[in-house]
Amino acid sequence: MQFLAAVGRIFIAFLSHAGRLAVFTAIAVSHCFRPPFYPRLILRQMIDIGYYSLPVVGLTAIFTGMVLVLQSHSGFARFSAEGAVAFVVVLSITRELAPVLAGLMVAGRIGAAMAAEIGTMRVTEQIDALVTLSTNPYKYLIAPRLIAGLLMLPCLVLVGDIIGVFGGYVVATFKLGFNPAGYLRSTWQALEVMDVVSGLVKAGVFGFIISLMGCYNGYHSRGGAQGVGAATTAAVVSSSILILVFNYVITELFFAQ
Amino acid sequence: MNQIPKSAPAKIELNDLHKSFGPKTVLNGVTLDVARGESVVIIGGSGTGKSVMLKCILGLMRPDRGSIRIDGEETVGMGQRDRERVLRKFGMLFQGAALFDSLPVWENVAFGLIQGQKMKRNEAKERAIEKMAQVGLSADVAALFPSELSGGMQKRVGLARAIATEPEIIFFDEPTTGLDPIMADVINDLIVKCVKDLGATAISITHDMASARKIADRVAMLYKGELIWVGPVSQIDNSGNAYVDQFIHGRAEGPIRMEIRR
Ligand SMILES: Nc1ncnc2c1ncn2[C@@H]1O[C@H](COP(=O)(O)OP(=O)(O)O)[C@@H](O)[C@H]1O
Ligand SMILES: [Mg+2]
Repeated sequence: MQFLAAVGRIFIAFLSHAGRLAVFTAIAVSHCFRPPFYPRLILRQMIDIGYYSLPVVGLTAIFTGMVLVLQSHSGFARFSAEGAVAFVVVLSITRELAPVLAGLMVAGRIGAAMAAEIGTMRVTEQIDALVTLSTNPYKYLIAPRLIAGLLMLPCLVLVGDIIGVFGGYVVATFKLGFNPAGYLRSTWQALEVMDVVSGLVKAGVFGFIISLMGCYNGYHSRGGAQGVGAATTAAVVSSSILILVFNYVITELFFAQ
Repeated sequence: MNQIPKSAPAKIELNDLHKSFGPKTVLNGVTLDVARGESVVIIGGSGTGKSVMLKCILGLMRPDRGSIRIDGEETVGMGQRDRERVLRKFGMLFQGAALFDSLPVWENVAFGLIQGQKMKRNEAKERAIEKMAQVGLSADVAALFPSELSGGMQKRVGLARAIATEPEIIFFDEPTTGLDPIMADVINDLIVKCVKDLGATAISITHDMASARKIADRVAMLYKGELIWVGPVSQIDNSGNAYVDQFIHGRAEGPIRMEIRR
């Protein structure tokens, strides 16, 4: 009985959380489309998310591309299929690794920062102050972040795609002695528009998730510095998990026949 | 309740306001009328729900029960658009100043002008610097960020922000708490002057009897979720209410029991 009650409680808490998140998302998205808009704030968020995440995403992508070549080369050598290396690299980077790894890195960088900033604004009553100054916090704080996340992650991932493939190319030609022109040709042949597009769609969804979870957890934080800390952790953990879940869902939508 | 009889309709009418957080009842039937141009000070111990009361009036919290009328208009359960219209009448100085730490001081002060009244940034900046001068802040503070200011200066910036849009109703939540006595008196004078200049209706919260005496036309004492005494500030020393007497003299002995047990 005790056990059932505990399970029930957790289930109810989960439902009420999911419900609150759904309502929050609906309100926030509706404010993205209704004036007033804040182009200045959207731009600042875009710079924060897009430009300042470039080093992190670039480094992640280049090392991923490099290691991918080493791994697939040594793995495929067993089947004497080294020719497939370029194919594997470009496919894995564009479809999976660039969006997922960029998403996780940005979740750590941006999602945490958003939750901390908005959470601090909540506990220091800055959000209440916004309301009393005739400004809707959904429009002023949340909509710009959602829009910037949605738009900038695909840009980051596109850059990550290029850098990742380039990293693979460097290792393949300089270390493993592939023919540069041949490697590029097989990369180009392997590349299909759908691979890149699916990666960019994932990136857009991940960017939205990162901003949403950062804002949601920050907006509902309470109880001073500790509450803000908890909100930050919750933002990173929940957006990372949601990224992995949605990665599967979107892959299924695109590629499972 | 010892309300002064008035002829003019009240600016703010609170009727039987209730608010609980879970099992904890914070407001338990608060009734208060504030006349146009009047300055009411709410006194009461920490955690008795003074801030909650102001937040209910502003619509930042929704009361569980009761009615709040601003200029005769019921605001509980009001839609977003009407709420925004009503909020334009208000200015609020928050307990912790609540300045936007991502914006420089002048943009904090000008925020209501730029966002609420759609004023041009240049013009709003001039107005902000004017308002800052009114609270004794020089123009070279304008470009600093809130975190670079002392507590007293932050309170003054908060005050300038609250009066920048020339609101009809201003709330001050513990404007002098945490300041030295001289700075506290400066802030009190500023509040009196700002309220007089604007002809605004004011509700202030304070623990500080010196400021209450200075700011108030009327004083109301909140205890256990109810206003146990409301009267003109001149009568506060002979209120005939043991709770009020204990509070204004700051005595540990009396009918008010501090809940020290945790
Ligand atoms: N958002 C909230 N959630 C839960 N409890 C709250 C909230 N805001 C205030 N309270 C509680 O209400 C009581 C009154 O708070 P407050 O109005 O801030 O007191 P004060 O009279 O010192 O301004 C406190 O005990 C506080 O714990
Ligand atoms: Mg308070």
